[in-house]
This record gives sequence, C-alpha cells and structure tokens, in this order.
Amino acid sequence: MKKLLVSFALGLGLLTTSMGTLAQYAAPATSEPAVSTMAAEAPAVVVTAPVAGTAVAVEAAAEPKLDSGDTAWMLTSTMLVILMTIPGLALFYGGLARSKNMLSVLMQVFVIFSLISILWSIYGYSLTFAGEGTFFGGFDKLFLKGITASTLSAALPTIPEFVFVSFQATFAAITVALIVGSFAERMKFAAVLVFAVIWFTFSYIPVAHMVWGGGLMAKDGALDFAGGTVVHISAGVAGLVGAYMVGKRVGFGKEAMTPHSLTLTMVGASLLWVGWFGFNAGSAGAANGVAGLAFINTVLAAGAATLAWIAGEALHKGKGSMLGAASGAVAGLVAVTPAAGFIGPMGAILLGLISGLVCLWGVGSLKRMLGADDAFDVFGVHGLGGMVGAVLTGVLAAPSFGGTQGVDFAMGSQVFVQIKSVLITVVWSGVVAFIAYKIADLTIGLRVSEEDEREGLDITSHGETAYNR
Amino acid sequence: MKLVTAIIKPFKLDEVREALSGIGVQGITVTEVKGFGRQKGHTELYRGAEYVVDFLPKVKIEAAISDELVDRVIEAIEGAARTGKIGDGKVFVYNLEQVVRIRTGETGKEAL
Repeated sequence: MKKLLVSFALGLGLLTTSMGTLAQYAAPATSEPAVSTMAAEAPAVVVTAPVAGTAVAVEAAAEPKLDSGDTAWMLTSTMLVILMTIPGLALFYGGLARSKNMLSVLMQVFVIFSLISILWSIYGYSLTFAGEGTFFGGFDKLFLKGITASTLSAALPTIPEFVFVSFQATFAAITVALIVGSFAERMKFAAVLVFAVIWFTFSYIPVAHMVWGGGLMAKDGALDFAGGTVVHISAGVAGLVGAYMVGKRVGFGKEAMTPHSLTLTMVGASLLWVGWFGFNAGSAGAANGVAGLAFINTVLAAGAATLAWIAGEALHKGKGSMLGAASGAVAGLVAVTPAAGFIGPMGAILLGLISGLVCLWGVGSLKRMLGADDAFDVFGVHGLGGMVGAVLTGVLAAPSFGGTQGVDFAMGSQVFVQIKSVLITVVWSGVVAFIAYKIADLTIGLRVSEEDEREGLDITSHGETAYNR
Repeated sequence: MKLVTAIIKPFKLDEVREALSGIGVQGITVTEVKGFGRQKGHTELYRGAEYVVDFLPKVKIEAAISDELVDRVIEAIEGAARTGKIGDGKVFVYNLEQVVRIRTGETGKEAL
C-alpha cells in the first residue's frame, strides 16, 4: 500500500511539473531559416515567415495542395518503418536471445508497438507537434481533434495530416521498442509496459518536440534529419539505465548466453536495413531529391559500416562474423539517421566506416568498462552510433565534405550545437528513464524471480514455448 | 546377447551403417549426442562475449546383437568409423539381459 502511494505521488508530481512546464513555456511561433531539422519543413517556413520582396512567391506557395506522389511515398515509408519494428526489430533481438526467452522478446516489441501507436494518437502527436513550447507542444490535437481525412499536414503541406500522424507514430513506437533489448530476458512484462508508457510520455514526446516540433533544440539549429537524438540516443541511454537498474542476468559472465538463432537475427537486420529507407528517405517528407539523397546515403553508410565492423573483427579476433555484419549494418544505419538528408554520399561512406568501428568498440571494450548487462547492446549500437552520427553530422554537412549546407556554414559552431543536443538528449532521457524504472519497480517490481528467469520468460510470463521440445 | 554402443563422428554414420548391414545387423538406434575426450573444442565470439565450447557433436549408435557377432561388429564399426585423427570415438559392449519384440512378443535371440 505504501509503495502504491509513493508511486502515485511520484506520478502526480511528474504530471504537475509537466503541466507547469507547458504553462510557462508556451512561446510564440518561430521562423527558423535554412538550418532546419526536417528539410520538408522548408515549405512551411516559406509560407509563414514574412519575406520582404517576395510577395509573389509567398502567395504562390501559400496554397498547400495534396501531392499524390508525396502522399504515396509517405504512406509507403510509414509501412516500411512499421516493418522495421514488426518483425524486423523483433526478430533481430529475438534471435539474439536464448530460445527459452524468444517469445518474451517478440511479445514485448509487438505489444509496445501496439500500445505506443495508440498513445501517440491520443496525446503523443498533440504534445509533440501541436504548439511551439520549449519542451512540449500543446493539447490542441488531443485525440487527433480537428483532423479529418482531407486535412493537410502543417509541417508537410503536400500530404494528409493523418499520414503524418501515422508516420510519426511509427517512430515513437520503434524508439520505445528499441529499449527492450537492454533489459531483455529478466524483466516483468507488466513492468516493461509501465516503463514504456512513462518514458514515452515524459522523454520521447518532449525530445521529439524539442528537435522536430519547434522546441528548444530546433530553435538552436540542431541538425537531426530522421532522429539520431530523438530515437537512437534516447533509446540507447534509456536502455543502459535499465540494464543498470534491473541488474545482470543470472549467470551472466559464467554461463553461456549464446544467441539461439543468428539466422533470424540476420532476417531482422535485413528488414531493418530495408525498412530504414522509409525511416530516412521518408523523413524528407516528400518524394523529392532530398529523399533520394537520404536514400543513397542510407545504402552507403550501412554497407560501409558492415565492412568496417567485420574488418575490425577479422583484424582483432581473426574472423568476421554474421552477427558482426548485421550489427555493423545497424550501426551504420543508426549513424546516418541524423545525417541522411544533410550530407553527401562520400560523407555517408566515411560516416559508415567510422561508426562501424566505434560501435564495434562500443559492444566490446566500452561495454566491459560500463559493467552493465546491456543484453542486446542497445547502448553500444544505438546510443553510441547515434552520438557519432549526431556529432559528425555537424562536420559532414559542410560543403567541403559534399554536404548540403551553404558556403557560410560554420562547422565549429554547428558541431557545438550538435554536441549540445546530444547532451540534452542523454540527460533528459536518462533521468526520465531512471524515474520510469523506479516507478515500475515500486508498483510492480522490475525483475522476475530467479526461478522464473532460469526456466525462461516464455513459459513463466506468457505460458508458451517458441519451439516444441 | 550384447548391446554394442559406439560413439562416432557424425559424418561417419552412413559408412558404419552400411558396414553393419554387411555383416547382418539389421536394426540400430541412433542418437545425436555431444561430448569430448581428447579432442579440443572451439571458441565462439558473439559481439564482445567469448565462449569456449568444449562439447563436440557426436553420434551414438546402439545395436543389440547375439554373442557370436560381437567381434565382427566391433571390427566393422572400428573399420568404418576410423579416420586416424583424435575424436574418432569409442565402442562399448554391455551384457544384454533380455530382448522382446513388441509386435510378436518374441523374446531372447529370436527377438534380435
């Protein structure tokens, strides 16, 4: 009873703090020129910003019209990102688990996808994109109020708003789903869901708002094309915090915890790679040249990182492995996520090579130094890869590297802004994750019993076995 | 009656089976097992986690045979399963108390 009251109080406290934040920081709309987050926000800026001497241009652009090419592409991208989560991520993680826990991993990813999609539609979209407070949007579009099938998106005026809502929903869902890889094989299912709801509400939403919804980091001029900070760094950090808080798996370091199906991991990794074209190229918001740039950057970074990772493995341990190749590809994809629409193809190759090597170090030496049982290396690949990508975006966006920014691009100050956005994300996500896990722990308890863990979560949490004996 | 058990390398199974058929042993039971003797295992590396795997996959063959055939059976298995390298396996011979053919109820030597 006492635990319930404490957790209730904590929850209420969080809620009131965020209300206060909302009330305080309801700032007026900004007009941020060229250095914007999603390239597709440019049309919106042209429309709203008073530009002297281009009255004609403003008028011509002022009538937003649905473009079927853009809409078709965004619908497709949305589907691709869904495939990334179910079954891409589910299989990628599932194959890494032991067979007695396969279903628990699949279940957590599957259910989180379902849950977050719904919560996004109820309040996530509104709090992220409807309003320009520093940390949160507003409540204007709660329950998607005011949006009809014919409403066009304000951020992407050539596509229906429902499509934009759906597209963004998939990002929210996959971000939360990514986190389960850290605390896999030992966390209570209900605790996972409690954590997911709290972290989604108080970390994903504000960070997404700050980067894409016109909040703090957008105003700063941070470059994050498809979500290096919003998705990968925040998930990686939340995962690491979870790994620390839930503790190491029983037998970690002594017993063998080999992946039970690297075949499925490869299938998952491939689905992630292919789906990522929806993630990155879709973040262009339109079927245009920027999408094409993001597309090719995604191909190149992933390939380069795969090669770098297995080359690193071969040099270090003598053999390149399938798991290494799959992990390398994901590392490259993560790193190119913030950069996809801002850098040139050769920059993407360079980014891939660097991120492949850095993340290889991340899942080896760094992981040992950190001392947490981050079961499927969410921090080593997504957290670290996201940081590398975010910072190097500031470098590779420069015209000297083939990037898209103008000749007056100040690399030093941009890198500083990037680093700032990384730090804000790390701290925000980490702190909220800590609180979220704590609440889950106080209400339900984070970890299953040792017996249940030994027997396997499939049987003990879900009453099923993945593979018949 | 004897129960002859042999642990052999998996790829030798077909050869051993044929050798046994050749001398008149019609029925065998095969199990996939793992084990080690003097043969070394290997190291597996999954991202940063290294595992030393001692166990190697082997195949166990069991055949119930009459006493007269024992020596020839052992010879047949040895000959077919040998590669000359460490890990070829071993043959064990147990005394067999009783044998029953389930379909007909025959016992003893007729059931072999």
